[in-house]
Amino acid sequence: MPILSAHNIKKSFGGVEVLKGISVDVDKGEVLTVIGPSGSGKSTFLRCAAQLESIDSGEIKICGETLASNNESGCAVYADKAARSRISRHVGLVFQNFNLFPHFSVLRNITEAPVRVLGKTKEEAEKTAIGLLEKMELSDKAGAYPCQLSGGQQQRVSIARALAMSPDILFFDEPTSALDPELTGEILEVIRALAEEHMTMVVVTHEMSFARGVADKVVFMADGTVVEEGPPEQLFGNTQSERTKAFLSRYNAGG
Amino acid sequence: MNYSVLIAQMLQASVMTLRIFFVTLVFSLPLGLAVALGRMTKVKAVNIPVRIYILIMRGTPLMLQLLFIFYGLKPIFGIQLERVLSAEVAFILNYAAYFAEIFRGGIAAVPQGQREAAQVLGFTKRQTFFHIVLPQVVKNILPPMGNEFITLVKDTSLAQVIGVVELLQTTSEWVSSAVSMVPFAVAGVFYLIMNAVVSRCFTVLEKHYAYYR
Repeated sequence: MPILSAHNIKKSFGGVEVLKGISVDVDKGEVLTVIGPSGSGKSTFLRCAAQLESIDSGEIKICGETLASNNESGCAVYADKAARSRISRHVGLVFQNFNLFPHFSVLRNITEAPVRVLGKTKEEAEKTAIGLLEKMELSDKAGAYPCQLSGGQQQRVSIARALAMSPDILFFDEPTSALDPELTGEILEVIRALAEEHMTMVVVTHEMSFARGVADKVVFMADGTVVEEGPPEQLFGNTQSERTKAFLSRYNAGG
Repeated sequence: MNYSVLIAQMLQASVMTLRIFFVTLVFSLPLGLAVALGRMTKVKAVNIPVRIYILIMRGTPLMLQLLFIFYGLKPIFGIQLERVLSAEVAFILNYAAYFAEIFRGGIAAVPQGQREAAQVLGFTKRQTFFHIVLPQVVKNILPPMGNEFITLVKDTSLAQVIGVVELLQTTSEWVSSAVSMVPFAVAGVFYLIMNAVVSRCFTVLEKHYAYYR
């Protein structure tokens, strides 16, 4: 059973169709990377799966539960509020701009949701958070505030914050795009480590060698459609579509 | 002129000034927050009346509002509020409108990403507002709020138009009976001291919130 199953997703913003029928399946433990030019709808797709945007038509299932499906006239109908909130518990999202809560310490950024949303005790949540901070090599930053951290450290905190909710699937929306080049490595390293632990993930990225190295499956998106998908060796090594070739060659040419 | 009597009477009148000041704040701050939310909602039945309310409160003189509430409610609604209460009601309604616009700016200044992060983590809208957004709003709005608080201290003197015996009213009586400008100077010092305290409080608050961003 796939953790995320999206079928024929369509989405328009003010008359402009940004998703023109996207279908993607992610199995348990699988890492899917999504590549493609800016404006191809990669982020929008993730935001739809994380319920930050609503789809116009298509079907989304997460952990077997239907988030949205088409009615007879082909318009997406969403599940009721309780189901939506249940489904959102399965999903974590790491943003491009971290979106840490600036008024909370690093520790409280991580514990706030487990305490308020999952009803964990403060002690329980802090224990988990300290473990996650150790994993992110940020043990010494528990009492710091986000503004005192580097971009790479902030992004690691935001990954810990997402993991503290024990999601079944974790989305990354260009997790290194807001970082200085020398800081991207540390984030990619963290995602690689999560992949080794078989965390189910969808990573939208512009880091091609990372997208190839970490993925079980790669999706190339352009102009709101999935142009090509397959295992990384196939998509990068034996590219089928001209559109994909053109995109990849531009990256290779640019280094 | 008996200075000790002057000072004693002015201190006593200051109590009224401070009473109007604090009563106004206690009620107009929460009311202002509610009005801001009403102003920001897409529900037209709420949004439109709130806009009209803000337009009237900011678009007409506070002195006129004071006069209207004390003298104008009787002929129209048959309600006669007592002088001090009239003044307090007028100040609360007027300042809530200004506070609402400050709150609105402060709420809009919190990045959308904060709400999105909270939503993805599963916070309810209410939790998001009170635990994530509002604390950041407080920091955002301290400088404009400081201005409003200081203006309020001085605006309390307008209450004399409906016969409330506050600091400036008492001072004026002394000036005309003693034929001396000294009471005006003393009143100036009184207002200055009150506002120095207000400024100081805001400085302390801004320092308190300086720990982030």
